[in-house]
Amino acid sequence: MTHALPSSQPTAARPKPAEFLAFAVLAALLAVAPLAIYPFFLATALCFALFAAAFNLLVGYSGLLSFGHALFFGGAAYVAAQAAKVWAWPPELALIAATAFAGALGLGVGALSIRRQGIYFSMITLALAQMGYFLALQAPLTHGEDGIQGVPRGKLLGLLPLSDDRAMYYFVLALFLAGLLAIHRIVHSPFGAALKAIRENESRAISLGYSVDAYKRVAFGLSAALAGLAGGAKALVTQSATLTDMHWTMSGEVILMVLLGGMGTMTGPVIGAIFVMAIPEVLNRIGGPNFSQWMTVIQGAIFVICVLAFRRGLIGELAARARRTL
Amino acid sequence: MKQAISLGVALTCLASAAFAGAAFAADKVVKVGVLTDGSGPYADVGGVGSQLAAQLAIDESGLAAKGWKVELIYADHLNKVDVGASLAREWFDQGKADVIVDTLNSGVALAVSQIVKDKNKVFLNSGAATSDLTGKACTPNQIHWTYDTYALANGTGKALTKAGGDSWYFITADYAFGKALERDTSAVVKANGGQVLGDVMAPLNNADFSSQLLQAQSSKAKVIGLANAGADSANAIKQAAEFGVTHSGQKLAALLIFLSDIHSIGLTVAQGLEFTATYYWDLNDGARAFAEKFSKKSRNAAKPTMVQAGVYSATLHYLKAVDALGSPADGAAVVAKMKALPTDDDAFGKGSIREDGRKIHPAYLLQVKTPAESKYPWDYAKVVATIPAEEAFRPLSQSECPLVKK
Repeated sequence: MTHALPSSQPTAARPKPAEFLAFAVLAALLAVAPLAIYPFFLATALCFALFAAAFNLLVGYSGLLSFGHALFFGGAAYVAAQAAKVWAWPPELALIAATAFAGALGLGVGALSIRRQGIYFSMITLALAQMGYFLALQAPLTHGEDGIQGVPRGKLLGLLPLSDDRAMYYFVLALFLAGLLAIHRIVHSPFGAALKAIRENESRAISLGYSVDAYKRVAFGLSAALAGLAGGAKALVTQSATLTDMHWTMSGEVILMVLLGGMGTMTGPVIGAIFVMAIPEVLNRIGGPNFSQWMTVIQGAIFVICVLAFRRGLIGELAARARRTL
Repeated sequence: MKQAISLGVALTCLASAAFAGAAFAADKVVKVGVLTDGSGPYADVGGVGSQLAAQLAIDESGLAAKGWKVELIYADHLNKVDVGASLAREWFDQGKADVIVDTLNSGVALAVSQIVKDKNKVFLNSGAATSDLTGKACTPNQIHWTYDTYALANGTGKALTKAGGDSWYFITADYAFGKALERDTSAVVKANGGQVLGDVMAPLNNADFSSQLLQAQSSKAKVIGLANAGADSANAIKQAAEFGVTHSGQKLAALLIFLSDIHSIGLTVAQGLEFTATYYWDLNDGARAFAEKFSKKSRNAAKPTMVQAGVYSATLHYLKAVDALGSPADGAAVVAKMKALPTDDDAFGKGSIREDGRKIHPAYLLQVKTPAESKYPWDYAKVVATIPAEEAFRPLSQSECPLVKK
């Protein structure tokens, strides 16, 4: 223990070389992955991985369990689809619009919901997300249960056509890595340190003079914006935006991804997302028709085992064994 | 180093295996992919039964005897558009399927439709209801086989109104699908001299229909139309039975319901319910013959739903066209051939396919039997009226499909 007075700004933890190594390995693995795995599947999985990482920024580092993140993911998907298809915007502009929309929505939802804590906070986010869902179900723009289909992927910066699955994958990979780096930067900034302080002991953070609500609001907005980037990218990859992405089960799925991978770890949500995405894919492949009826049961069993065996999540458990942050 | 060598060996083996596969593919091979809801709310409507239906079609086609190798692949799209789109793309890109059958979910169907067009393969939709597939979303690569929202609205609306049910009240699911069903049905009712006394909206996944049912009862309409689907229909029908709707002289018409739904609701509750279908297993000798083959192999000896019958009929006709052409490679050409050939099979009898990709066959207004009328297992419905093939579907003159020359 040092006896120095706390400075006005919390000092950020310096990133360790091990983290950079883990990041580099992950990037390298993902760069060669399309050689072995179908790129379209990988691109969708990466969108979910970014979504999970964005969610983790809120729940893992700020301690705010939002149960309505599908609103930002799905809402942004609709914005990107509408921009790219109806307004014929290029993909990069559509993504910026999606991110900005989700970020602004996140600031609004955040401002409302952080006025309450714990379960009440979660319920408010869920309620607002459900309002968004029913809006999307009814609004003529979103085409009800059919969704917006046949979204053109367009040309990146007017040059690179994204219609090729491989090109699309590497574009999504770049977005994903940029998103992950941004989250890493946020978490290891003084701002991120303040968030962690709020997570650990909110009253103490208040007594130290932090404007806790402002911190939470911004964290919510940032997480929502990144979730929006993921949703927008998914709309371009799958060339559609539908109600699935807005449904509360999507909010639940992202919680599952983060919990399985390891809450509050950098790579955990990514691994969790890929894991959750891969289960039905693998079951579909090896199972055939008689197996697929048991899909939900098998999925459930796997999750129960994971939760019982790896309480800190797959990566969290590894990190705890190795006494490292991963 | 040693690992690198073994990796190299493994890769070479893989490459040669892939090459061998490619060389074999030059032979006469056709691959059928069944993409359906295998675990969700529609699993009993399509699901494993759709796969079985496709297998029956393959066996019956006799292509194996003509030197063809027919492969069948199956996957569950979990009612998620991204999962469905991913599977469809992968099947086409990796040469695992030449045709996708079924889909059930309208969102997935529309996404698959786009992919199939881009890759020039074939899409035979049996389960998805949206009439957009032969309307503004029609493509030269797809056929909408079994039914659509227009046929349901038209069948139930027209036949019931003509049979004296000339005043209607709707309980409508409050989203696009429900509203479209109500709009189409009320247009048909009015065109046939009936009147619509009113409607009431119920939210999606509604558990309590008592207020809607009371309003419908007090409207004194002769027919209460349920413009909803799945769990909503089942809930509304069960609660209507508790309110004694059909016993008090009003008729209950479900605009979208399948045989498997009636099986699970039970005759005591569902009796008297009127609905439209294009296939019912006990319709005629052909329908019974197919149902017999199907239930021999199906789980719990279940009879086929109209969606499963559609999968069978569509796959059979597809294989005929592929055999006539000699290759499944050019999807648009196969569909053109399918449109040129007349259709004929046990389940739907003789029929044809229109230029907008609409398969044409008669539709039937059916009524659910009372428990006393039901003589044997799965004896659930009787035919009230037959809607001839040329009247069952949306006329070409009203089609928004760009393929239709006007």
